[in-house]
Amino acid sequence: MSDRPMNRVMTSPTRPYWPPLAAGVVLGLALFLAFVATGHGLGASGFFTRLAAGLAGLVAPIAAEANAYLGPYLRGNPFDGWISWEVVGVMVGALAGSLASGRFRLGVERGAGLRAPARLGLAFLGGILTGFGSRLARGCTSGLGLSGGATLSVAAFVFLIAFFVAGFATMILMRRAWR
Amino acid sequence: MTLPLYDNGALSGLLAGLLFGFVLEGAGFGSPRKLTGQFTLRDFSVFKVMFTAVVVAATGLWLADATGIMPLGKVYVPTLYFWSIAAGGALIGAGFSVGGYCPGTSAVGFASGRLDAIAFIAGMVVGVAVFAGAFDAIEPFYRAAKGPARQTLDQLLGLPAPVILVAFAAMAAGGFWLGSRIERRNGGPVTPDDTMGSRSSGSFGAHEAPAAKAAV
Repeated sequence: MSDRPMNRVMTSPTRPYWPPLAAGVVLGLALFLAFVATGHGLGASGFFTRLAAGLAGLVAPIAAEANAYLGPYLRGNPFDGWISWEVVGVMVGALAGSLASGRFRLGVERGAGLRAPARLGLAFLGGILTGFGSRLARGCTSGLGLSGGATLSVAAFVFLIAFFVAGFATMILMRRAWR
Repeated sequence: MTLPLYDNGALSGLLAGLLFGFVLEGAGFGSPRKLTGQFTLRDFSVFKVMFTAVVVAATGLWLADATGIMPLGKVYVPTLYFWSIAAGGALIGAGFSVGGYCPGTSAVGFASGRLDAIAFIAGMVVGVAVFAGAFDAIEPFYRAAKGPARQTLDQLLGLPAPVILVAFAAMAAGGFWLGSRIERRNGGPVTPDDTMGSRSSGSFGAHEAPAAKAAV
């Protein structure tokens, strides 16, 4: 391999983010292509459901296999599905894009109002709310909001309105943390 | 050739994901400060990118349906369960403001070096496990207020789909104009160097603030 390719990439000048209009148009075309290829759109939370099922199967196999919600995932390989490959692709695409643009940043990203341990605690708490919420809603911002929205599904717009209203309301309490 | 291809293999997933992750990172959606800027009104990129993508993809799906290339009846359309989808959406909105990500963007954050995304992902695993553990108790709520199967906005409102698409495009344009004014007034939009400083490693969210200097 060439000498220290990571270093060279990471010391390259940081390129700005894409203009939102350009990013939105390309994302919309990618989403349309996903529908053409698969019959459904893009997603994410389905992979984390499978990750939870896989880990629960390791930690508490009897309880996990008997569970009405996670049990069905454990009858075969819980990761065996299109969404797992898609999320692997998301990570590879994001890694490649961030390295090529000098935007890769290793560390804990946080607002000035928080130290790293508090930021990690809040990230964990936010993750719990999100994991629970994504199972309740049967999808997340990608699978239900974005992909469902593209089909003009009523469910997607109920989801998106609730998402934006709760996001703004919760930010009243979180504003100092993200300052 | 009939569309959709219903190709749910590994290569299809990898390619769709590659494009998705590359665009999300390009938009800045690996950064929790950029993402939460939507709700602090410093950065309207979440609204702008999502709304544009929905309008573009919805127009494509409508055109494919109208020309008979790919009937909308053959693609997946989610069905409304009012209470669980509203409550789930609200929890994800709250989780976004508290934790800084949603599921897809946490994968983007992790892959672009954000260690806090690992804590968010660990939390999601716990959240899914809590949901599964309580599923028997939650199930009546989960299945309550089911709407008509695969109902779409044009069906609900009794309007032709193109009317809704034009209205959405107008709302997007209005959102771009208003959002850009508001974010500029609040010192935005967030740039890559605003997210974690201009160095390639370390934990310094807002290097300009005294609190952050003390923490570093």
